[in-house]
Amino acid sequence: MSRRIRTWVLLLGGLGVAVLLFAASLDLPEFGGDRHPYGARAVEAALARHTANVVAAVNFDQRAFDTLGEESILFCAALGTVVLLRQTRDEHRVRPEPARVDPPVRRYALVALPVTLLIGLYVVAHGQLSPGGGFQGGVVVATALHLLYIAVDYRALERIRPVGLYATADAAGEAAYLLLGAAGLVAGTAYLANFLPYGTFGTLASGGVVPLLNASVGVEVASGVVVLLASFLDQAVEIEDATEHTASGPARHPTLPPPSEEKPT
Amino acid sequence: MSVLPYLVAGWIFLIGCYGLATSRNLIHAVGCLAVCQASTYVLLLAVGYRDGGTAPVFSDLRPGARPVVDPVVQALTLTDVVVGATVTALLLALVVQVGKRHGTVNPDELSELRG
Repeated sequence: MSRRIRTWVLLLGGLGVAVLLFAASLDLPEFGGDRHPYGARAVEAALARHTANVVAAVNFDQRAFDTLGEESILFCAALGTVVLLRQTRDEHRVRPEPARVDPPVRRYALVALPVTLLIGLYVVAHGQLSPGGGFQGGVVVATALHLLYIAVDYRALERIRPVGLYATADAAGEAAYLLLGAAGLVAGTAYLANFLPYGTFGTLASGGVVPLLNASVGVEVASGVVVLLASFLDQAVEIEDATEHTASGPARHPTLPPPSEEKPT
Repeated sequence: MSVLPYLVAGWIFLIGCYGLATSRNLIHAVGCLAVCQASTYVLLLAVGYRDGGTAPVFSDLRPGARPVVDPVVQALTLTDVVVGATVTALLLALVVQVGKRHGTVNPDELSELRG
């Protein structure tokens, strides 16, 4: 099919979908309306279980089983990426060179690193009280570690980032979620039911299992993102194709100096 | 104009589809897929919005003092964002491998099968 015919088919299909979407949006509940039956019930249930952040209550209490699926997707995607981006037989690793970083960038990143790390941990720990939780906080924690790459170089990042350890932590976070669910069965209720005492409303220990599930998700997301980024960064910085290396020179990360000509062992 | 947010969601979806179909670079195509997915965030949050509503977080809000927006669709949006980010990572990993094995990331040049 030529490019032109393809564009016409696309426009025809797009027009059809547009008409259907327009007709459907006329029938949707009015924007900004007052009737939210599920929302009202979710708020009631969250308050009954002393969880101030209703979104966290929906995710980790009322819909905890769905979140298990979501977390498993994250786990499988991280696993798939690691498998896809592993070093193959015809590739070899080049040790990254130390890089020069402008002093203002270094200063800023080194100041921002501990602050970002603390904010990430705060967001995970206060998931049941304020906006945030394991998913958001986990990403912030992983970002904080990568500020070291900006502040120093890839070697410094590798020193604080043993990928094997983070991969294990990723699996441990997933396992902790599964086991917390099974603990509900042992306690005599259902799988992933909120079996712990609900605590005082508005305190760190409120919400029953919500803070624990949040913490396990935080561990999984933080280490999952670290492992994901490690696979991509390894491809960009360390792993090189043998033919590419001799022919045109490999693509390197812009912050690193040009590749040296020495053959790696 | 109470349907405007829904129409915006539909427009984002269609423009993402257009980019996906006309893309000549797989990295660009993955970006377009993320745009398509962003339309679902807009749609979900639009469905859950309430006039004068605030965030459904009661740490400094007396229950019943103000209307809150629908927390269920917000939780769904969170799920959506997480799944979208991880799927994007997986697709980009596939693009890296395609680029290495075939030497191109233009989908039009990737027609032949290779073992």
